[in-house]
Amino acid sequence: MTQTVLTVDDSRTIREMLNHTLSAAGFRVVTAEDGVHGLDVLQTERPDVIITDINMPRLDGFGFIEAVRGDAAHRATPILVLTTESEPEKKARAREAGATGWIVKPFNPTKLVDAVRRVAA
Amino acid sequence: MDPMEAIRVTFFQECEELLAQLEEGLLAMEQGEHDAETINSVFRAVHSIKGGGGAFGLDPLVRFAHVFENLLDQIRGGVTEAGHEVIAALLRASDMLADHVSAARDGGTADEARSDAIAAALVALTEGEAHGGDEAAPAEFEGLSFTPMTVALDEEPAGAAQAAWIIRFKPHASLYNKANDAVLVLRELGSLGRIEVEVDAEAVPLLDAMDPEGAYLDWTVRLTGETDEAAVREVFSFVDEDCDLDIAAADAAPDAAIDLLSSLLAIGTAGAEAPPLLAPAIEDIIAAAPAGAPGKAETAPAKAAESAALPAPQTIRVDLERVDRLINLVGELVINQAMLAQRVMESSGAGQASDVNLALADLEHLTRGIQDSVMAIRAQPVKSVFQRMPRLVREVGEAVGKRVRLVTEGENTEVDKTVVERLSEPITHMIRNAIDHGLESPADREAAGKPAEGSVRLTAGHRSGRIVIEVSDDGKGVDRARVKAKAIEKGLIAADAVLTDEEIDNLIFLPGFSTAAAISDISGRGVGMDVVKKSVQALGGRISISSQPGQGSRFTMSLPLTLAVLDGMVVSVGDQTLVAPLTAIVESLKPRPEEVRPLGPDNFVLQIRDVYVPLIDIGQAMGFSRTRVDPTEGVALLVESEGAGRVALMVDNIQGQRQVVIKSLEANYRPTEGVAAATILGDGRVALILDIDGVVTANRRVANRRDPPAREPLARTGT
Amino acid sequence: MSEIAFGSDKSELISFRIGEQEFCVDIMAVREIRGWTPATPVPHSPTYVRGVINLRGAVLPVIDLAARLGLGVAEATARHVIIVVQIGRRQMGLLVDAVCDILSTADHAVQKTPDVASDSTTQFVRGLIAMEGRMISLIDLACVLDEREAEAA
Repeated sequence: MTQTVLTVDDSRTIREMLNHTLSAAGFRVVTAEDGVHGLDVLQTERPDVIITDINMPRLDGFGFIEAVRGDAAHRATPILVLTTESEPEKKARAREAGATGWIVKPFNPTKLVDAVRRVAA
Repeated sequence: MDPMEAIRVTFFQECEELLAQLEEGLLAMEQGEHDAETINSVFRAVHSIKGGGGAFGLDPLVRFAHVFENLLDQIRGGVTEAGHEVIAALLRASDMLADHVSAARDGGTADEARSDAIAAALVALTEGEAHGGDEAAPAEFEGLSFTPMTVALDEEPAGAAQAAWIIRFKPHASLYNKANDAVLVLRELGSLGRIEVEVDAEAVPLLDAMDPEGAYLDWTVRLTGETDEAAVREVFSFVDEDCDLDIAAADAAPDAAIDLLSSLLAIGTAGAEAPPLLAPAIEDIIAAAPAGAPGKAETAPAKAAESAALPAPQTIRVDLERVDRLINLVGELVINQAMLAQRVMESSGAGQASDVNLALADLEHLTRGIQDSVMAIRAQPVKSVFQRMPRLVREVGEAVGKRVRLVTEGENTEVDKTVVERLSEPITHMIRNAIDHGLESPADREAAGKPAEGSVRLTAGHRSGRIVIEVSDDGKGVDRARVKAKAIEKGLIAADAVLTDEEIDNLIFLPGFSTAAAISDISGRGVGMDVVKKSVQALGGRISISSQPGQGSRFTMSLPLTLAVLDGMVVSVGDQTLVAPLTAIVESLKPRPEEVRPLGPDNFVLQIRDVYVPLIDIGQAMGFSRTRVDPTEGVALLVESEGAGRVALMVDNIQGQRQVVIKSLEANYRPTEGVAAATILGDGRVALILDIDGVVTANRRVANRRDPPAREPLARTGT
Repeated sequence: MSEIAFGSDKSELISFRIGEQEFCVDIMAVREIRGWTPATPVPHSPTYVRGVINLRGAVLPVIDLAARLGLGVAEATARHVIIVVQIGRRQMGLLVDAVCDILSTADHAVQKTPDVASDSTTQFVRGLIAMEGRMISLIDLACVLDEREAEAA
């Protein structure tokens, strides 16, 4: 059965690259452009994995992850954080917010798909 | 198009938007707006450009963006204050970043020296240790881990011999809270080699004492395969902080030991099956769990809703080609509908108020409505052109050593896409001119009692069906004495010509005119106001100047709203039907015999109130007919031409006013003097659209050839 | 009898009549055939340009081929035909009396034009075809549509 990935990123370029890579690997991809939009999409979608950026307008990655973890319907959905930031504090904060894993931009397509497969049940 | 190519195009489009967002934010900060959202928006713009740039391997861009981003991160974190100096540096950095983007897009290289200099300035403003070049490229983390690992999963592990590992893995509750699952981890271990799993379920309490979100299982896994410790550890990279983990090498066990372990395995495998059964059970319990959980779920979205901004207006992205195609089709629709109306009228001979005619009138109304709506789709605000101006002003100001402030107004004024793109050039030249020639140096300004900083105002607005753009400055105005002298020197006017102030000001539009004492860097590119005027006219526009000495000048440019349709007056000339642009027509009148006066052997002038204007027979000027139309039999159109002021054009009669779709004559044929373009009338025939200025010029030439002016002086002097 | 090579590909040609002479052009350049519609004259045009017509919303110049070939100006009537051709990015209409045939160079060889004095017609003729007792002159379209001569008003 095709698995669904929700990608949340304010950059159109990154959204298209994620779509391209994940679709080619056989995933169904739905997108959102920031945290608020992501929560909207989660009202009607049940993704198997969520990939989110950290720096976004309206609601950033941290806020988004916390909100998702607080939502009964999606609290057990794996969330991978995708960002160029590398400082330990940011990672720790994401982890605390409930992130399942971490992918660094620029992402290697193979590793991206591996990471998604690893956390997807 | 190859998908990566398409995404690359998307990236550069997005960069344009991000650069605009960046500049906007920085300008707002310059004005004193230091709220978190503005600063964040600036940070995100650079961050996103860097992110995308990294994905395409655009190293110089990424290196520069990284330094830029660091400083912005400190500003948004409150570590560095964004004072005047800092913001000036940020603005220069944003210009440099734009250059990097352009270079990356067009395959060139940005000015390295300038980039390094600006980067160094940014670094200097950044607190703490210089980040320099080593961290400039985002560290390529192999694997997907919270703690950076340098070994890739897909690399051949060194010494790929059969190795055995004993792994003890006890997840904490926090592991499950992050939606990780022990089963998945075990599954991944299984991909590294052969595993034998044993679970210690001792700690699992009875169901009624069990915390559904607790973790009670303890796994021991024996892994045999061609892997090394790093690869094994890598599997746990997401969860290493949420579990007790121990990885130890095991000796390759002899067969007997394996048999022994297999029997233990029987117990272990039973345990391994527990989690899949346990997980749904846990879910059920969670679903039935008391209010603690839902409460948390409610406050989170509420918090999200508060931080949500007002929803942005709904927009969609449409391929421009589709819009153009749609506009062409609608143009055809308009023509067809007109043709239909004409045929029906001709054939049925029915009265005006007949049912058919009423229905046709409705159809015409609807068609026009569709056309207006469709044209509006392609209408764009001039903002995209105005946005480039602050940077231009900064650069030109710096180049000529003047302090300039740019004020813009009306950037949301909309105009058809066909016009917007061509506005950039004339506006750029007018602003350059204003700064270079209009504004005085700060010293001169202060001496004159003006603020040292000069201001340039750029406005756009709609006025009587056209778009009007003004560039004004508070500089020294046109130096009329100098302009007149220059014009005489260049032979553009007679030495003793008497001109009004306005006429002197307009001399600057004459070809070959330039009053710059020294051709400074920018205007030295040979762009004079006459070039600006030509490019404005090519758009069907007009340009004029008004000036007050010592106070400043104002250039006013008026353009049609679109290059696709035209409001025209349909006229008959001989057996030809022509269309004259309505915007050029001042009035139409039927000359009375006493108002038509001959001047010379072949020319006529028309007296309109107290003024005499040249009377031009279009048929003759265009070569449509041999004979002149009797002025008293026809209709005179009083038009405004650029080169010759007001002129009266003689036509046989006026058929009506109509909005016509502009068709190019040049696409399949060639440019023709006096003809701007063509259109298709209701009867399916092509009608030419007049270029008023071209007609006037053509007429002059025809007249001169017919009747060359005498060149000999009236009296001879000397020998 | 020397032949003109047409390359290895066989071309199809469409032939048409102007007055009593027959001509042909490469069919690849032909877009469509239309009946005559009155053309709107364009000022400052060469005499062989009749004017422009409306071809489904595009403005198309019509060239009086008879005039262009120096055979006199055509008296266009409803029986005349306009052959719409495409050269590069432009489309134009050629006014001729009537369309005759479609022939293939596979069946009919193209001979080099005999060395008669060059005149207004022969400068456009690339070769000759003999078919069923008729002589068909192959027209070089690029030459016909070339407007290097500047026409004074």
